[in-house]
Amino acid sequence: MLLDEDERLLEDSADALFRTKAPIARLRALRDRPPGDRIDRALWREMAQLGWPAIPWATDYDGLDFGYRGLGVIARQAGRTLALTPLLATVWLGGTLVHEAGTDAQKRQYLPAVARGDLLLALALEEAHKHRPRPRETRAMPVDGGLRLDGCKRHVIDGGSADLQIVAAADAEGVTLCLVPRDAAGVTIRPVNAIDPRDLADIDYVNVFVPAERILGRAGGGGEALAHALDLGRIGLAAEMLGAAEEAFDRTVEYLKVRRQFGVQLGSLQSLKHRCAHMFCQLELARAVLDDALTAIDDGRPAAELARLASMAKAGIGQCLHRVSREAVQMHGGIAMTDEADIGFFLKRAAFAEQALGDANFHSGRFATLEGY
Amino acid sequence: MHQPITQPEPEDSPEQQAFRLDARRWIAANCPPTLLGSSHVFHGGSKEPGRADARLWFARCHARGWTVPSWPVEYGGAGLSARLAQIIRDEMDAAGAPLPLNGQGITVIGPTILEIGTPEQKAQHLPRIANGEVRWCQGFSEPNAGSDLAAVATAARLDGGHYIVNGSKLWTTHGDLADWMFCLVRTNPAASKRQGLSLLLFAMDSAGVSTRPVELISGSSVFTECFFADVRVPADGLLGGLDKGWNVARRILEHERSSESRPGGIIGSGPGSGPGGDGRTLSMLARPYVETENGRFADDHLRIAIARQEMEQRALALLQALADRTNRMHGRIASSEQTSIFKYLSTELTSRRMEIYLDVMGQQGLGWDGAGFSDAELHATRYWLYSKAFTIAGGCSEVQLDIIANRILGLPR
Repeated sequence: MLLDEDERLLEDSADALFRTKAPIARLRALRDRPPGDRIDRALWREMAQLGWPAIPWATDYDGLDFGYRGLGVIARQAGRTLALTPLLATVWLGGTLVHEAGTDAQKRQYLPAVARGDLLLALALEEAHKHRPRPRETRAMPVDGGLRLDGCKRHVIDGGSADLQIVAAADAEGVTLCLVPRDAAGVTIRPVNAIDPRDLADIDYVNVFVPAERILGRAGGGGEALAHALDLGRIGLAAEMLGAAEEAFDRTVEYLKVRRQFGVQLGSLQSLKHRCAHMFCQLELARAVLDDALTAIDDGRPAAELARLASMAKAGIGQCLHRVSREAVQMHGGIAMTDEADIGFFLKRAAFAEQALGDANFHSGRFATLEGY
Repeated sequence: MHQPITQPEPEDSPEQQAFRLDARRWIAANCPPTLLGSSHVFHGGSKEPGRADARLWFARCHARGWTVPSWPVEYGGAGLSARLAQIIRDEMDAAGAPLPLNGQGITVIGPTILEIGTPEQKAQHLPRIANGEVRWCQGFSEPNAGSDLAAVATAARLDGGHYIVNGSKLWTTHGDLADWMFCLVRTNPAASKRQGLSLLLFAMDSAGVSTRPVELISGSSVFTECFFADVRVPADGLLGGLDKGWNVARRILEHERSSESRPGGIIGSGPGSGPGGDGRTLSMLARPYVETENGRFADDHLRIAIARQEMEQRALALLQALADRTNRMHGRIASSEQTSIFKYLSTELTSRRMEIYLDVMGQQGLGWDGAGFSDAELHATRYWLYSKAFTIAGGCSEVQLDIIANRILGLPR
């Protein structure tokens, strides 16, 4: 990452906030709460007071117009302490969808509330055990005054806590995005207790009435916005993943300097040194890709180029985090197997993050498609 | 915390912008059209004259100091800042004009002499590098000193005003075409390995020097073995001080790694190198060999392998661009640690690319020469064999990983 002065200040304050208010001890405490109630609302209030949820939007919608590079700096620092924040679901994904697909009235209604930290969003998209970028089975049928929504969504990020779900439904014309309040009739939220204590929920929609003013944009017209929001979400998640990989790597290298076996520091053994050096080179590549991907959002580069970079970031940083998190456990040795050691949390976060919004195979294949093979 | 190695790029100042436009016009007016888009480069010396148009382009550039634009005017350069020199390079690249002069003289030993040579050495050697009169070769590796370079055994014994050199060097690139050698020798056999080395400069036509080509597994022979039998080298050919050769060699290797690890260096070329080569990517080269369904490669395993390769090549190009911009902004050259990262990544990546391409060609990738194989296939197969050298030469991958682990990560030695 190459940061200008403003971005560096932002990085410092994000680093300070997450290390003091959301260290891994905080993640442990949230893990002990019931699934569905694991959003760190106190942390989110502080983030909102600092204006972070408002970073990407134009000032018309009470945004700060600071750009996605700034948001990426925060996501990366959040990744370092594995902080559980609504940033991915509410801003990168949900906020982007409202911003891209919403009518002006919808934007004025929802984005300022997001910016204040008063409204949590969730994208209800997935229907299977693997990521699919478009809905297939969830239907939104026209009825008097709006739509009738039916379907089952899986592993909705922040689905247990979000005030408003953005449900992606398939219809003959394309993708319809429906805004559904958590307490709407016919909505059943079933929180999921996952290895990474992030808020996840399966959500059933049975005969849910969606009034016309809660169709985001136009019925059948949400496909492009969904694709764009997914790419931004992938880049935002990749930023978080890079932070997690950097932290796990730094902790491992430090451990190898203090841990002694065979009468020597472990870090003096060449088999370990070479693996660490290789990982460092992969982290360098990851930083360069993330940097360009974030810049591409702010520069408004064409959708196909943004898509390539999003897939490069999600696949490349995903593979990097995969390797670093596994090596971190291996190099910490037996202690890594204990719940008391923090390093296992990085492994669990890595496993979640790799699957979310498409794994490395999905994005490698997508890159090939974009390149015409 | 390990800080990234990059910083933002400076914009052209108005003066730099004017210089850029001047350079662009001059290149368009002076580079022979037959050279545009080609890779014909004059390497200096008299033993390989090269093409007439390449010589003409070289002569025109030399006349304005542009074979080595950042060197002082008195040594044949143009006395330009690193930034302006880079602008010339960028404009030549953009126009498709090859370098006017290349080789170990301008990329490796010249910069080192400029840094640490005596005034007499600078005056003697630098102008003859800049004007293409002298081609240089590197005498580092030996049969028993490869990756363990400090084990060099070629001996130099001071005898009055001369060093008497005995021994041999291996892997000397184009030793048969070079006029001078910079040679790592042992001047103090009693000192510990790294303490007893020195760097000597001498002419390849000195009495007692002989060379022999080394045939490689790829059938080509850019490398030579060089033998020294009582070669008398004037004592003023010592570069960087007696027994200071290890530090000089390290600096030279840094110059070498930084020139080899970027597009245009040997590593960035070869089939499928995309923007760094003829523009064709691995997936383009693979298409004639694979089954497709509506244009999409049917073998998903291969498709994913190629995609991962191409994504990583792009990532490396992004990392290289960031590092270049940072260095340019700070007016500095790549650090030793940076060059190790790029040397390791680019050579491993090129090696993997050639492995995938060989696999894609199947039986068609197994030809040595003759009928049954296209020229492109024969070239690719030879290049696959040759590419094995990239992760070995210039400090093998394992040496680079050691440098990164010790100097960047601070792991104990």
